[in-house]
Amino acid sequence: MTTHDKIEGAISIRKVTKIYDPEGARVMAMKDCSFEMGAGEFTIIVGPSGCGKTTLLNAIAGFDTITSGEILLDGDTISSSLKQIKPNVDRMVVFQNGALFPWKTVIENITYGPVVQDRMKKSAAAELAKGMLHQVGLGEIGDKYPEELSSGVQRRVEILRALINQPKVVMLDEPFRGLDAVAKTVMHEFLMEVFCASPRTMFFITHDLDEAIFLGHKVVIMTTRPAQVKKIVPVALPWPREHHIMNSREYLELKQEVLEAVHEEAKKAFEAGERELA
Amino acid sequence: MMNQLRTKILSPQLFRAVAGVLIFLSFWYLLTEVLKLPRFKLIPDPVSVIKEWVSFDPMSGRSLFTKEYYIDIAYSVGRTMAAFTFATVLGVTLGLLMGWNRILYDFTFPLVEILRPMPPLSWIPLAVLILPGVEFAVVYVTFIAAFFATVLNTLLGVFSIDRNYFLAARCLGSKPKDIFFNVVVPGSLPFIFTGLQISMGIAWMSLVAGEIISGQRGLGYAIYEGYFLYQFPQVISYMFTLGILGYISSAAIRAVGRRLMAWEARRRGA
Ligand SMILES: Nc1ncnc2c1ncn2[C@@H]1O[C@H](COP(=O)(O)OP(=O)(O)O)[C@@H](O)[C@H]1O
Ligand SMILES: [Mg+2]
Repeated sequence: MTTHDKIEGAISIRKVTKIYDPEGARVMAMKDCSFEMGAGEFTIIVGPSGCGKTTLLNAIAGFDTITSGEILLDGDTISSSLKQIKPNVDRMVVFQNGALFPWKTVIENITYGPVVQDRMKKSAAAELAKGMLHQVGLGEIGDKYPEELSSGVQRRVEILRALINQPKVVMLDEPFRGLDAVAKTVMHEFLMEVFCASPRTMFFITHDLDEAIFLGHKVVIMTTRPAQVKKIVPVALPWPREHHIMNSREYLELKQEVLEAVHEEAKKAFEAGERELA
Repeated sequence: MMNQLRTKILSPQLFRAVAGVLIFLSFWYLLTEVLKLPRFKLIPDPVSVIKEWVSFDPMSGRSLFTKEYYIDIAYSVGRTMAAFTFATVLGVTLGLLMGWNRILYDFTFPLVEILRPMPPLSWIPLAVLILPGVEFAVVYVTFIAAFFATVLNTLLGVFSIDRNYFLAARCLGSKPKDIFFNVVVPGSLPFIFTGLQISMGIAWMSLVAGEIISGQRGLGYAIYEGYFLYQFPQVISYMFTLGILGYISSAAIRAVGRRLMAWEARRRGA
């Protein structure tokens, strides 16, 4: 992180509350949630299913409004109850179920952003995309359609599609869910590589605690709904990381700490579910 | 190459298709020539239909070897293609815009749903009164039901698009027009093409109705005429002609669809 002098993309979440359907069912998904993500920091979000993680991502991305509180990017308010937020190319999202356009080839997908923003000519963008693919060992797939590729490769292409826009923040919503252990390892190395090449603020939602500690600078553990921060666990392991650190004592202790916090919340979520059913 | 042809000819699919047709023909033969059921007295058997169809001197003056036959086909194909083209251009455009623009949807959807179930035949009086000339009326009647089918299928196509593609497109910096051409149009193509096969079928059905009531010439009109002139072999050969034309036009739509939707074809491993 020392190679680049000026990294932008610091995000402040300040007392954010989100109520879905305020006139009707009133689902409170977040309540007075506050925490900071430093510029260039790899932040991991974990928490029980349905606690409000995707809600927070949507709020930062500009896909949805918040009920109160505010969200700041590098000191500027990008969302509050007064300010209608909009998506912007400085905040890229990699979707939970993948959202590569199936009707565009890999190259067309990756170059979509720069071309549609009129930042680059199609041919120049295609050259750049080919270079990026080549660098991560996917040089051969440029003319394929997403559905011809394995889901692991699709995920990597979707990440490249986000990165080509040089966003300040990249948000990933359980991106490696459903991949097998080997594919996940490949993905982690891939993320590590692209992150080291150009660090930027990462907002990464996951259920996999190994993944959380292996990748994160810090792990933010959310409470059951409505989402609040339960605990923040800094991960002071040196970068870039290799998989054998998973056997180190430091790693195992961190994992234990995160696991306990998550377990407590999962139990509460389970009991809340039982009450609702009763 | 020869081997490929051989496997194709000897394939169980082709065998079953041929067997299906033969069983159908035997039933028909059984009903008309062997059992001679009372209600089938005037119905020609398959052999006399084929004889009339390939005759150099057909009773009805219409067979594979007469100019009349091809003039009838040309009229019907011309009307259907004109109607189908209008229905597709207007129907796809309206369907896409309705799916994309909430306000336009609110204005038009109830209207479309009221007009859509009206049978094409019920439009004949208005079409004849308003449009200048019978030819326009026939094309209009052929057009109208196909048009509404296309509107609805296109609309469903837009609604079928995963919301995340819209979010991703916005995130990547798309303006509304970019979303329209890069998400709405390609995302609804699979539904549109399914819909076009249906609307092509509807166009052929409506055509015959239109030709019978207010047309001159064309396959539908000739069937109607054959009925009054007791030329039943010709009626049946024309029915099959319509079936074959319908089959060819559906196959053509599928072929165009495969070309436009390369991603779908490749997914299926073609
Ligand atoms: N559009 C919506 N309308 C109403 N409730 C919603 C909506 N989206 C999400 N919710 C509810 O808000 C809660 C948080 O959802 P979400 O943020 O998706 O959770 P997760 O942490 O699993 O990503 C859930 O209880 C969910 O049912
Ligand atoms: Mg979620």
